[in-house]
Amino acid sequence: MLNSLNLLSRRSLWLALTLSALLAAPLARAQEEAADVFIKRVSTETLDLVKADKSLRNGDTNKIMAMVDNKLMPHVNFRRMTALATGPAWRKATPEQQKRLQDEFKTLLVRTYSGALSQVSDQAVFVKPLRAGQDDKNLVVNTEVRGKGDPIQLDYRLEKTPGEGAGWLIYDLNVLGVWLIENYRTQFTKEVNAGGIDGLINSLAERNKANASANATARKS
Amino acid sequence: MRASSRWLLVTVVLAALLQGCASSHGVALAADPRDPWEGMNRKVFAFNEKLDEAVMRPVAQAYVDVLPSFVRTGVHNFMGNLGDVWTTVNAALQLKGKAAGESLLRVAINSTLGLYGVLDIATEAGIDKHKEDLGQTLGHWGVKPGPFVMLPVLGPSSLRDTAALPIDWQASPSQYFQDAGTRTGVTVLNATETRAGLLKATDALKQASLDPYSFVRDGWLQKRENDVYDGNPPADFDYNDPDVFEQP
Repeated sequence: MLNSLNLLSRRSLWLALTLSALLAAPLARAQEEAADVFIKRVSTETLDLVKADKSLRNGDTNKIMAMVDNKLMPHVNFRRMTALATGPAWRKATPEQQKRLQDEFKTLLVRTYSGALSQVSDQAVFVKPLRAGQDDKNLVVNTEVRGKGDPIQLDYRLEKTPGEGAGWLIYDLNVLGVWLIENYRTQFTKEVNAGGIDGLINSLAERNKANASANATARKS
Repeated sequence: MRASSRWLLVTVVLAALLQGCASSHGVALAADPRDPWEGMNRKVFAFNEKLDEAVMRPVAQAYVDVLPSFVRTGVHNFMGNLGDVWTTVNAALQLKGKAAGESLLRVAINSTLGLYGVLDIATEAGIDKHKEDLGQTLGHWGVKPGPFVMLPVLGPSSLRDTAALPIDWQASPSQYFQDAGTRTGVTVLNATETRAGLLKATDALKQASLDPYSFVRDGWLQKRENDVYDGNPPADFDYNDPDVFEQP
């Protein structure tokens, strides 16, 4: 008698669990964010982080890199960004070269744009309504950073990644009307034409070294 | 001949002369079809950089160091207000009713309540700021930018925008004043104020680029197209280039 009661309650428990799992599944799918909601969330979270942490605004390179790696890189298809900036030479590069290229490019971008963090005070992100008829593989979200001074145009190009992470990955950035990849394609092509992929990697590495020492000197003075 | 027609003639003659320059500068540049005069442009860019290091940057830095923030904001707003007048005209020429209306409203509010434009009441009231000029108006009506031109002192431009320059110049803040001395003063102040606003950006530029000239040129060309199309230019970069990605 006790045994059968046990069995009954276990079955109901099992049934209850299965039912709840089935009910939860559509809810989980519904939690996939719209592109503009995703961008609003990520950019506001990042801005709040910067506002709260003085060392980020003061240019602490290690902390900034850590924040980029933890908060931003998971939402960026950086491999695609680097590949597009490099152009046809990417395909001919070895996996080690591709990795080095990504690392140096990332360092360049982070070091360059981290200077902007020092100007963060009371800005807020305003996300414009999504333009209609865009394709999921190349979707542009337009935003403006508003605060003191003229608003700054900041646009993102996204690809949909259903089931992975937040469901969207950023693969191009537009600041003040200038798309990053398009601008760097010329820079990279010139180096590749002159010295191949290794030439490009070396030029980036040199630039990063020069920037690092310039910043160190500036902070000392 | 009127000054602007004389200018147009100069521009056209210069264009004809410079056609020869790109080919005679034997160096194998990765030729950008938008920049047939790259050789000449690079020389002007180098000159501008030296002038900037020697004069404009130090003056702009001094401007920032000496004047308190609210004074600089006032100057920025004053210049911006006069800019809104020309924006109204060009927005209207492009049949952009909303932009023209908003710009006119901005001028009206800021010139009166904003004490001749020194206070930017309109932005606080939520009225959007637009920026239109004759070059954009020409672009809107189908005039292509033409070859990239690096102007001495003034910086990046295009053949189209350079041709429009005399008229755009007539609408610049300094021309609102009669006295020659005041005009010069306002010109210098406007240039300094603009340069001061770009100090951090130009520092970042030097760090961000491998070749500053092409970085500036390409950035400017993109930005100009962006402005002509008000933030939604036709995309011509192939994000799915099969040459770039490994075949699946």
